[in-house]
Amino acid sequence: MQNSQKLIHTFGALAELGSEVAQKQNFQEMMRTSLHLLLGSLAIMRGGIARFSRFGHELNMLVVRGFSEEFPLSLSLCYEDERQFLVNGLYPIEVSQAKVLPFFQIYDQSFEKRRIELLIPLVIRDEIVGVVMLGEKANGEPYNNYDKDIICAMARHVGVAIAQRNLMAELERRAEENRRLYDDLKTTYADTVKAFATAIDCKDKYTEGHSVRVGKYSEIIAEELGWDEPEVEGAAVAGYLHDVGKLTVERNIINAPYRINAKESAELSKHPSIGYEILLPIHHPYADVPLAAKYHHERLDGRGYPDGLIDREIPYIAKIVNLADSFDAMTTDRPYKRRRPATEVIDDLSRNAGRQFSTDLVSAFMRGMLKELHGESKNKRFRKLLGRDYMETEGLAPLIAGALNDIAPTTHLTATHDH
Amino acid sequence: MQNVEIATIRAEPIGETATVYAGDYLNKLSGETIERECRQKLIAGAKKLVVDFSETEIVNSIGVSILLGVIDAAQDAGAEVVFSEVKSETQELFEMLGLTNHVQLL
Repeated sequence: MQNSQKLIHTFGALAELGSEVAQKQNFQEMMRTSLHLLLGSLAIMRGGIARFSRFGHELNMLVVRGFSEEFPLSLSLCYEDERQFLVNGLYPIEVSQAKVLPFFQIYDQSFEKRRIELLIPLVIRDEIVGVVMLGEKANGEPYNNYDKDIICAMARHVGVAIAQRNLMAELERRAEENRRLYDDLKTTYADTVKAFATAIDCKDKYTEGHSVRVGKYSEIIAEELGWDEPEVEGAAVAGYLHDVGKLTVERNIINAPYRINAKESAELSKHPSIGYEILLPIHHPYADVPLAAKYHHERLDGRGYPDGLIDREIPYIAKIVNLADSFDAMTTDRPYKRRRPATEVIDDLSRNAGRQFSTDLVSAFMRGMLKELHGESKNKRFRKLLGRDYMETEGLAPLIAGALNDIAPTTHLTATHDH
Repeated sequence: MQNVEIATIRAEPIGETATVYAGDYLNKLSGETIERECRQKLIAGAKKLVVDFSETEIVNSIGVSILLGVIDAAQDAGAEVVFSEVKSETQELFEMLGLTNHVQLL
């Protein structure tokens, strides 16, 4: 009768421990409950569960019961201790046997004071994950083989729980490392793109900073369209790299201080396709970057180059870069032409909305400008790019507001955003 | 899974004797509150701890572990532990596990 009651009690504890470990919950609580179940199953007066750190070669106490405050919370292990634990495997070691271990000789007094009788190395898949330490039984009897088998079964559950926790921690660490690597890669990519943009701009002394400005204008348009962060970044990159094909065009053609002739113009007109060829083999985080380079001189009315595409045939990103590129061309001095006044540029954009430029993009761009003029945007990007005087042109804000009213509500030639 | 809840422990101090009611939360992690309560009574000078089991139907391994904690704390403080109103089945369990070597049953 007594034996069957004992069996029911201990197996009840074993079953509960199994379910405890199988269910996801707070690790520390799981360990506390596990220790209670382990001690309560055989009425063991005190005990503790320590987790092994293979980096520090130490046992760190996770949970203890009945150990005094002086008991060390961290116990160092040497190579021989670890080797002996691995050889022993997951089976209780009596303290009398453990006395030969180097670590026991250091912590001998602490163990004796708390009357620790058994050590169970938690060896899971040939790795030490921790140690369970157990004091004397409440009935004062020594541990028998039945007790040791029960302890062994319960300790295995505890060991598996610690191993799972270690695995999760390792996965989290690796995921974090991957995130950091990805961020580093993104930074490297962004730096490379900017370096390319600078290299492109260096070739043309008259349009210094052009690619960077087109990148920033493209970014503003994408933001105004409500795109999410990676898409806005993609638009900026497309702007930065749109003229990469110019790297192969003769410097004297790019820098010609006069209107270039037909032959030179034909040479220059190759740069979108060359840019596409340069960018295509690169694995960009943003898919449309090569297309932006190839089609940034196309117009909605089909009068652009290299392919004379019309409206819906033109990739959306290329339309953005086209607008940003044209705006920068109109608002910067060229060798053969001074920059145009702000009011004239706004008139030009409104007039060409639906012909050269996509109407919704012109609206988005003007909205961005107007927000800055009304002090509604956090940064003053237009002011930095165009200069304070230019942005403070008299009557600019009402002019943009009027232009927006004229163009915004009607024709959406490219309402779909199919980039 | 054990839900950790804050148990309200019923405890009555009478002179150097403190009575703590084990209730039905002894078998959960929240039963640790009983142990804490007993430790506080011992710190306050209790020389006799009475654990009342009148509202406790069964005691599982967690409950046994918590009671061992109470016994250990009382022994360290030189106090006596008494279990009262223990159901017969629980009494058998305590005897079998050796808890009765450390406590008096009433």
